[in-house]
Amino acid sequence: MNGGGINATVGGRSLWQNAGERLRRNKAAMFSLWLLLVFVVLVVAGPWLAQHDYTQTNLSLGSTAPSLAGGHWFGTDALGRDVLARTLAGGRISLLVGLVATLVSLLIGVFWGAVAGYCGGRVDALMMRFVDLLYAMPFMFFVILLMVVFGRNILLIFVAIGAINWLDMARIVRGQTISLRHREFIQAATLMGAGTLTIIVRHVIPNLLGVVVVYVTLTIPQVMLVESFLSYLGLGVQEPFTSWGALVNQGALEMETAPWLLGFPALFLAGTLFCFNFIGDGLRDALDVKSDEDGW
Amino acid sequence: MLAFTLKRLLSAVPTLLLVVATTFFLIRIAPGGPFDSERNLPPDIQANIERSYHLDEPLLQQFGRYLKGVVRGDFGPSYHYRDRDVSDLIAESFPVSFKLGMTALLLALLGGVTAGVFAALRRNSFSDHALMSLAMSGISIPNFVLAPLLVLLFAVHLNWLPAGGWRGLSSVVLPAFTLALPQAAYIARLTRASLLDVLGSDFLRTARAKGLSRSQAVWRHAMKPTLLPVISYLGPATAALLTGSVVIEQIFQIPGLGRYFVTGALNRDYTLVMGVVIFYGALIIMMNLLVDLLYAWLDPRSRQKQ
Repeated sequence: MNGGGINATVGGRSLWQNAGERLRRNKAAMFSLWLLLVFVVLVVAGPWLAQHDYTQTNLSLGSTAPSLAGGHWFGTDALGRDVLARTLAGGRISLLVGLVATLVSLLIGVFWGAVAGYCGGRVDALMMRFVDLLYAMPFMFFVILLMVVFGRNILLIFVAIGAINWLDMARIVRGQTISLRHREFIQAATLMGAGTLTIIVRHVIPNLLGVVVVYVTLTIPQVMLVESFLSYLGLGVQEPFTSWGALVNQGALEMETAPWLLGFPALFLAGTLFCFNFIGDGLRDALDVKSDEDGW
Repeated sequence: MLAFTLKRLLSAVPTLLLVVATTFFLIRIAPGGPFDSERNLPPDIQANIERSYHLDEPLLQQFGRYLKGVVRGDFGPSYHYRDRDVSDLIAESFPVSFKLGMTALLLALLGGVTAGVFAALRRNSFSDHALMSLAMSGISIPNFVLAPLLVLLFAVHLNWLPAGGWRGLSSVVLPAFTLALPQAAYIARLTRASLLDVLGSDFLRTARAKGLSRSQAVWRHAMKPTLLPVISYLGPATAALLTGSVVIEQIFQIPGLGRYFVTGALNRDYTLVMGVVIFYGALIIMMNLLVDLLYAWLDPRSRQKQ
């Protein structure tokens, strides 16, 4: 509705529009995005798509090879359970763990990093020393220890994995916050009498969004990998539930006689991790994020 | 440099202590004692067993006893392998894991750095894209997925290499390669990004301006700063290799420490699990220390920053 033709043609473009355009030119990332979307839709719609219940055993149909005609597109396992249904059901757990654990690490990490970076001085030093201390811990082994001690509780997996991954997030967010702290709009907010917490929540955190988005995309596959690793060792998700890691574990035992038991879950797992990593890489390039903490 | 070394050595002490304490108390808050679930023993026999493992003492006293043992390298008796000490089990099986891990680390460094440098020098060429896609697959394919596939191909179908066990050089190839691949992939990406950064820097342009050829400039001036991030990644890489070898040893049936750890975890052999966690924790901390010292030696700036 503005009268000036110049304004109409030039128009401002936000950081996100620019980034979106750069991302769209990245073929690998765009392909991954679409492929991931397919995976997610399949996995989420799994219970309605699969013709069989993933726990339904059928001993007369044990270890049948994949066939379109037989109704078991991905074949069946030794107990006659439909591999397609199991792969989709396992994917729900794997993706859920990936998302929830990442969310946990996101909440802790962003808050920790933002407070440390914004407050600076002794608070910063103390908070980051704590992070350094935790960094040196053999975390994977602690998680295994936790699983041994408390039994294989799926909730615990979420929390444990999330609690590991917040360290990276905290370091990255802190570095960004420090560079934000002396910017004019933060000073303006301080001058207007906003409190520390308000500034962190209202002004600092929204400006961290780019970095956070990139690292979230890269954290999800890491977390999924950890979950599948635990499940592979038999310490993760327990029956009747299943996950891609658990399915790969079972499939590897029978790979010589029934390779489809290994192949399909492995394909889904690796494919999903691949997509997330490519999207994360693409986003990093598109948003031009560079963390100054970790040196690369 | 000496002050820096001492400072770093001292800072490792609280970390180690935290590892020991966390491990110890985590196990103690576990529901049920290690000897509860076996047969229904008469209470006095149960008490005797617990006394012989000092489980009747106050918690802090037990912790003190355990700490004293750990300092001397004694992790107590295994609960599952009766008559065996955890330290013996570690001493017996760790050399195997060490050999596997070191082979994998060398493979990862060699392969990763070479691929990274190659890709960076041919930026955006076909070989760059191919190598980086390969690296991305290395990161995305979990090694417990890759391992059975490689076994299927090289051991079952082609029959070139043994599918498992730990006899002779040929049995090291598959597990070391599988273990090394994700780390090699990571190092390749790291090296590429780092070298690209260095290639765009002023000091390298100066070197070229002084008349050095491109390859002279790269080899004489760019390699050292390029490798700094790789060196600082050695700490996390060690941790990842130790973790990875847990799975790899399981798959390839290698009698290393990682396998003991898994069986210990599944058997609820608390002392064994604790021993391995502390041992590996100490190893990771030592490696981080070593990396820090190496880094400080190579890059004087990092000493001043401390």
